[in-house]
Amino acid sequence: MSGFVWFAIIIAGLLVAAYLFRLAGQAITSNAPKFRDMTFGVAFGYVFGAALFVWAVYYYFQPKITEAGTPNAGVIFFRWAVQGFIIASIAAFLFRILGRAVGTETTKKLFRSMPLTASFGILVIILYAITAIFAGSIAPYGESEILGAANVLAGGDIAAGGDPAYPLGTDQIGRDILSRLIYGARNTVGIAFITTCLAFFIGGSLGFLAATLQGWLDQLLSRSVDVLMAIPSLIFALLLMTIASAWAVKLGVPLTIFMVLIIAVIDSTRVYRLARAVGLNIVVMDYIEAAKLRGEGLSYLVFKEILPNAMAPLLAEFGLRFCFVFLTIAALSFLGVGIQPPLADWGTMVRDLGPFINFAAFIPTAAVTPLLAAGAIALLTVAVNFVVDWMLHKTSGLQE
Amino acid sequence: MSDLLTVKDLWIEGRSDETWNPIINGCSLTLKKGEVLGMIGESGAGKSTIGLACMGYTRDGVRISKGSVVFDGIDLVTASAAVKRNLLGKRIAYVAQSAAASFNPAHKIIDQHTEAPVQHGVSGRGESVEDGIELYRKLRLPNPEEIGFRYPHQVSGGQLQRAMTAMAMSCRPDLIIFDEPTTALDVTTQIEVLASIRQIVEEYDTAAIYITHDLAVVAQMADRIKVLLKGDEVEEADTRTMLSDPQEDYTKSLWAVRAFQRPTKPPVSPGSVPVVSVRNITAAYGTTDVLHDVSFDIHAGRTVAVVGESGSGKSTAARCITGLLPPRMGEIAFDGEVLPANYKKRSKEQLRQAQMIYQMADTALNPRKTIGQIIGRPVQFYMGLTGAKKRERVNELLNQIELEPSQYFNRLPSELSGGQKQRVGIARALAAEPKFIICDEVTSALDQLVAEGILRLLADLQDTLGLSYMFITHDLATVKSIADEVVVMKDGNVVEQGPKTSMFTPPHHAYTDLLLSSVPEMDPDWLSDLLKERGVDNIGDAAVKNM
Repeated sequence: MSGFVWFAIIIAGLLVAAYLFRLAGQAITSNAPKFRDMTFGVAFGYVFGAALFVWAVYYYFQPKITEAGTPNAGVIFFRWAVQGFIIASIAAFLFRILGRAVGTETTKKLFRSMPLTASFGILVIILYAITAIFAGSIAPYGESEILGAANVLAGGDIAAGGDPAYPLGTDQIGRDILSRLIYGARNTVGIAFITTCLAFFIGGSLGFLAATLQGWLDQLLSRSVDVLMAIPSLIFALLLMTIASAWAVKLGVPLTIFMVLIIAVIDSTRVYRLARAVGLNIVVMDYIEAAKLRGEGLSYLVFKEILPNAMAPLLAEFGLRFCFVFLTIAALSFLGVGIQPPLADWGTMVRDLGPFINFAAFIPTAAVTPLLAAGAIALLTVAVNFVVDWMLHKTSGLQE
Repeated sequence: MSDLLTVKDLWIEGRSDETWNPIINGCSLTLKKGEVLGMIGESGAGKSTIGLACMGYTRDGVRISKGSVVFDGIDLVTASAAVKRNLLGKRIAYVAQSAAASFNPAHKIIDQHTEAPVQHGVSGRGESVEDGIELYRKLRLPNPEEIGFRYPHQVSGGQLQRAMTAMAMSCRPDLIIFDEPTTALDVTTQIEVLASIRQIVEEYDTAAIYITHDLAVVAQMADRIKVLLKGDEVEEADTRTMLSDPQEDYTKSLWAVRAFQRPTKPPVSPGSVPVVSVRNITAAYGTTDVLHDVSFDIHAGRTVAVVGESGSGKSTAARCITGLLPPRMGEIAFDGEVLPANYKKRSKEQLRQAQMIYQMADTALNPRKTIGQIIGRPVQFYMGLTGAKKRERVNELLNQIELEPSQYFNRLPSELSGGQKQRVGIARALAAEPKFIICDEVTSALDQLVAEGILRLLADLQDTLGLSYMFITHDLATVKSIADEVVVMKDGNVVEQGPKTSMFTPPHHAYTDLLLSSVPEMDPDWLSDLLKERGVDNIGDAAVKNM
């Protein structure tokens, strides 16, 4: 009850502050149009933002340990988030400067007009790619190597239950988490990337084909896609994976290959829908008619005339689809039919280390263990979307 | 009586590539109550920007950097949003170019009509509905009691434009800004809209700024004319003075555009085989026939203009010739040889011989390809040229369309002006080295000066390459300047056809007569005379229906 009262008081205070802020602005700037025509909503937004900022600064400087002697996990995590944000910004800024100075004339030009978010995204993607490719030489231990101690905490502080040999700690059966994270990049990211590309190849080419030819082929493909989409995708994937795991043993083919194919086919239905819709808007253009009347073949129409114009929406979809595929793999792994142990996979790691989150209130470093894998997924997702947004902005010629 | 609107030394800037670039360089104008000022210039001259600035409004990314816009003693440049809100819609109204795009498709016309008076507290809803019906009646809309209760898509373009004028009048404003209100309309519809706008402006003694690029239209509407060029004021004078005695070279060149005329060619020798022969074509979309037994011939080196309003079947005839729409009955012969009805069954050689130039160069050129690629493709596809030879041929074509190859080869269509894009479209057609080109409204989206350049280019190309053109248009001025023969179409039928000279001399078929008489002329009295001739009560839909 008192919480609600406090909330009402704060809102009322902000409303008054917003009114005064606008009034003061008008008086000080002698009625400049910016303040004169400012709506109350905008003024409230400014005041709210300022209040939020003040609170953030205040919270950041709260002591790490409460008076009762327990660690204040909220403050600790908040500090990490702020520090991470600042470090990421600086890294992105430096990377952009580097990009502007080094490289060919074209890449320099690209970096010159690049927003900070995009350069951060590219930096993260490059780092992930390097990690994935050179996982074998970067990782301090083997992927499934079982070392001495289990459940070593992150931080490397012996007094707090850590070990300098394992900077991010070990999992419940004593495997090094840092090494598994690095190998996880190869497995999870690599497989998700291949799967998404395959889904786009299947869905994109069939979608454009349907849009170009229309008629019975369009009907056949579209209705088949409808049928596939009618089945809940995760359950469908689960069903197929169960069948595939029997085949995998019989045929001697790794289950991972089946997983790639199954997820690609299921996700290609979404890509098909988009490609067909975008394609239908493009095939009515006069330049397509001109190409048809010239006597151009189907592949020229699809790849040279339609595809370049469909790039923007497809790229946006790629960013999203990549993240969804990523999560589907993690989900399948969680249910035990995805990437099989002992292969490292971020989805599985989150599940396996999940219970540690309960210790957050007492030992913040323990709670970090599952968050590391989750953070790795989140960071890549954000980075991919930053880059895709930027490319979209560029290719579609959107202003502001 | 002081001036209603005074614009003094107005400078407007637009933001692009991170810098502010001037759009309007010091424009001034005054407007008295009940006076109509015509504003004319090419696209990009800043006509619309000034029109909007007269309401104290600028588009996103545009700002007024200097000057004042004083409306009835209030400077709209510095006025607060609240003050402007009180003026706009009530005392200053705006009529946009495309009524179809400006009405909200989700609401009935009358609901949008009553919004301004109710919001501004001018009248209650019931009152303003009645007033709306009264205005519809004055604007001679059919079924004035009922038409407002339809949705925008249920009425025609010309009617919608009049409904929008009625909407602008709903608060009886002192000033209306008309931004090209008839540009998107057919000539016969245009007359109705022009007549109703003029009538209502006179009746309520409303001041107006009439923006257009069509000189003949502005001559009918305006008391004074102001000519703009790239944001600069060229000159301003009374309509009659301006028409009879323009001072500046630019104005004179605008006035001279319609003078372009090709010499009459000798009649085709009897017995010669036409390049394209359309024989008794009947075509349908679905089950509805849109072409009825259409026949005409196009001879080598000749231009046949196909004229008619939108929906008359001009473009459908072109689609039949290209094979995009196989006709239900009849056949197309090329050099005396009958072509397969469907383009998919035609040989590459047959496809090469007939090329097409489109109305909207924006959609006719792939926006992701460079000019070199666009023109190079047919060169490679039909002639098999690659590498340096292809480049050489493309350069030759670019020279033919008067674009400097080194400068334009690597550009994208978006980096070209409308006229240049249309030239690239022509080059793409030429690259196939065809005998016959279909020009589908190629000049209707262009300014007069630019359009004239395109027409001259097409005429020169015809003379040097011996091309035949089928020229689809609704603009009779274009027909006059370029055609050798004319085919007049209405509702899918050929109403009349013959050599140009006989088409433009009476007696005409009744429909040809209506078309011809509807083309605005530079004479400021033309509209009044025409209305008198047709009987004032007879304008509007009645004129068309009585045909």
